Amino acid sequence: MAAVIETHELTKIYGRQKAVDHLTFEVRQGEIFGFLGPNGAGKTTTILMLLGLSEPTSGNSRVLGFDPVREPLKVKERVGFMPENVGFYDDMTARSNLQYVARLNSLPDSQSKKRIDDALEKVKLANEANKPVGAYSRGMRQRLGIAEVLIKNPKLIILDEPTMGLDPEGINSVLELIKSLSVEEGISVLLCSHLLHQTQKVCDRVGILNRGRLVAKGTIEELAREGIQAELASANGRGTPADRRGLISLEDIYMRYFKEE
Amino acid sequence: MFTIFRKEIADHFNSTRFLILFCLVIGVALLTTYTVSMNLRSEISGGAKIEYLFLMLFTTSGQFFSLIQFIAFFGPLIGIIMGFDAINRERSAGTLSKLLSQPVYRDAIINAKFLAGIATISIMFVSLVLLLSGLGMVAIGVVPSGQEAARLAVYMLISIAYVGFWLGMAILFSIILRSIGTAALASVALWIFVSFFVGFGSGLIADVIAPTDQNNPELMLKNARIAGAISRVSPVNLYSDATSTIMDPYRKTTKSFVLVGPMEKISMSRFNSALSLWQSILVVAPYLTTLVALTAVCFAVSYLVFMRQEVRSI
Repeated sequence: MAAVIETHELTKIYGRQKAVDHLTFEVRQGEIFGFLGPNGAGKTTTILMLLGLSEPTSGNSRVLGFDPVREPLKVKERVGFMPENVGFYDDMTARSNLQYVARLNSLPDSQSKKRIDDALEKVKLANEANKPVGAYSRGMRQRLGIAEVLIKNPKLIILDEPTMGLDPEGINSVLELIKSLSVEEGISVLLCSHLLHQTQKVCDRVGILNRGRLVAKGTIEELAREGIQAELASANGRGTPADRRGLISLEDIYMRYFKEE
Repeated sequence: MFTIFRKEIADHFNSTRFLILFCLVIGVALLTTYTVSMNLRSEISGGAKIEYLFLMLFTTSGQFFSLIQFIAFFGPLIGIIMGFDAINRERSAGTLSKLLSQPVYRDAIINAKFLAGIATISIMFVSLVLLLSGLGMVAIGVVPSGQEAARLAVYMLISIAYVGFWLGMAILFSIILRSIGTAALASVALWIFVSFFVGFGSGLIADVIAPTDQNNPELMLKNARIAGAISRVSPVNLYSDATSTIMDPYRKTTKSFVLVGPMEKISMSRFNSALSLWQSILVVAPYLTTLVALTAVCFAVSYLVFMRQEVRSI
């Protein structure tokens, strides 16, 4: 499978601090890649570099075949990005917010009308489309954020903490939505989060980032297997029975990688 | 860029604060022009028609101030109110990072915001001046000559540049300062400083450099020159000097020692010949250039800061 995102030794240094440290990973076409890590691990910085919004100190990356440093507009035309705490113009309706984004993407109004309707339908906000966004709940705003990303018909979407601040029901509906986008539309997803159980449910593969370095990469089963082996080796067989049965959770993996350093 | 421009203009015209501001300006301007026209009418009745009477509508003060004084004082506030939250509101609402992740160049955002502000100001000024001219024509029964109309046009141009400067200033603050409140206060503080204290300060400094002597006109002149030069640091003074010259053909320099009332002006006009429009423009051209240059500097600094700002902090 072709890679939609490839980075090679991507590095970003702010002052004396290495925010992203020689990061090399790839996201394959059609998969949901979970980009995990604690707060401040460098996830957002990496995304900004992938979108060409921030220039890497060294290293390079390719997004859908384009270099974000040289051709940021081509990347931004094709990639949908939902920032953390996605913002809207609160006094405008959901529909006009989306319309604005459509116009920014140079879609003619005749074409965008249908796309907006489709996107709103997909995120189940069609009935609320003409309300000002200021009246929306957090979950609705998050779903509207996804609708907005869909407007440009992206091949790849990047979501930064899409479930932050949502109640369990909201989390589920957002995650299901993401899953369905990947399965039904074949959109590749880069999902950033520090919340594990949730990503566990939807991600095909994950990469774990800590202090700017990629400390683990692979499917959840792979990571779990590695985790068990490490556990067994270090505990010398004194691991709990659950571990031996392979029921190690992502939480354990996560804790393992974050405790290192 | 046109999309952002269109949205920004729509935002300006839909916003309550713009509406309030516009009503306020129009209200005060109408009131001023009305009282001035009443005064003029009673003063000139019976006399022969004077040249450039129409322009006096804008330059003579009614009860308190003339229209151009009002704009000189209040214009900055218009610019500030339209610009102080241009960028930082988007930043705090989280819409800026979204905007930046769309396929638009980063400078398109700031260009569009600035141009939308200028366009709004222009629309506001043109409608204001047309409205007041209409009122003036009815009230004093004089139709402006071609030259007067041209002078009004130049006046509008200077005014737009002037308010544009303040708009650029406010946008600059909105980029540098994260908080909307701080940006607003900073711009207002600068406005007050420049409007009042530069005037006082220039007098003080001039007194130190060249102390005056009641009996020595040469020293007084020197003092006044220095004060004038220093006060021109302030765009407010630049603007009021430039506009009062272009609007009053009998003024040949931008500074005059004596305050002249409308009646004196009328009698002076019997002996003086007026400057031609072209000559007046020549007198104010440096002022207009300076204003435009100041605006350009403000905008250029905003542009640089905005282009270099790390998105991380957006």
